[in-house]
Amino acid sequence: MSYTALVLVAITAAAAVDLLVLRTFLLRRKAFWTAYAILGGFQLLVNGVLTGLRVVRYDPATITGLRIAYAPVEDLGFGFALILLTLCCWVAAGRQAGGGRGRPAGSRRRRP
Amino acid sequence: MRHLTYLALLAGCLLGTAPLELLLRTRVYPRWRRLLIALLPGFVVGVGWDAYAVASRQWSFDRRYLLGLSVAGLPVEEVLFFVVIPLCAVLTLEAVRRRRPNWSIGDEPAWPAPIEDEPADRTDQ
Repeated sequence: MSYTALVLVAITAAAAVDLLVLRTFLLRRKAFWTAYAILGGFQLLVNGVLTGLRVVRYDPATITGLRIAYAPVEDLGFGFALILLTLCCWVAAGRQAGGGRGRPAGSRRRRP
Repeated sequence: MRHLTYLALLAGCLLGTAPLELLLRTRVYPRWRRLLIALLPGFVVGVGWDAYAVASRQWSFDRRYLLGLSVAGLPVEEVLFFVVIPLCAVLTLEAVRRRRPNWSIGDEPAWPAPIEDEPADRTDQ
């Protein structure tokens, strides 16, 4: 499968993990999209260096050729899927262990 | 020095996110067991995908920018990528939570939570 096709599969699979498997529903949360906006910006920077310097090179046949800050647009999708999967697992792991820090949202500032 | 390029980039990611842990007190590193669980699926899928992509020549690496060490057919930096980037993602999400405590991320207990339901040992939380 081409990188483009694999990325589409990965995004779909990560979304399925979020919405159907772990049911963390990060895709519906402001906190996730805010974190992703920050991460996406830095991803463009890091990816830009890696692909701009040609540390990583891509077979033109496996990508669409559309690039953002030197990086194939597929890399953004790869990063999105990796980040979404990781954060779903982070949230689910915290939930299974008894839920967050055992405190409701909004009370955390009172922690010492 | 050029051989350290990719490694330096990863180190920069860790250094860049360190203030989140030190100043915003995201407390991600002390929760290392939960962190390992969170990183494992992405690591396995990511490294597997990467190895497939390199084997099928979808992408390749320029050795001049690498240490020259290989793990599972991948440059060691590329394997570390799947630890460092997800780690930065967790730190960022927790930093957002510290700044916006009212935005739920899904691991909060139902409120009001009975005290008895709280685990006695929360060192990993």
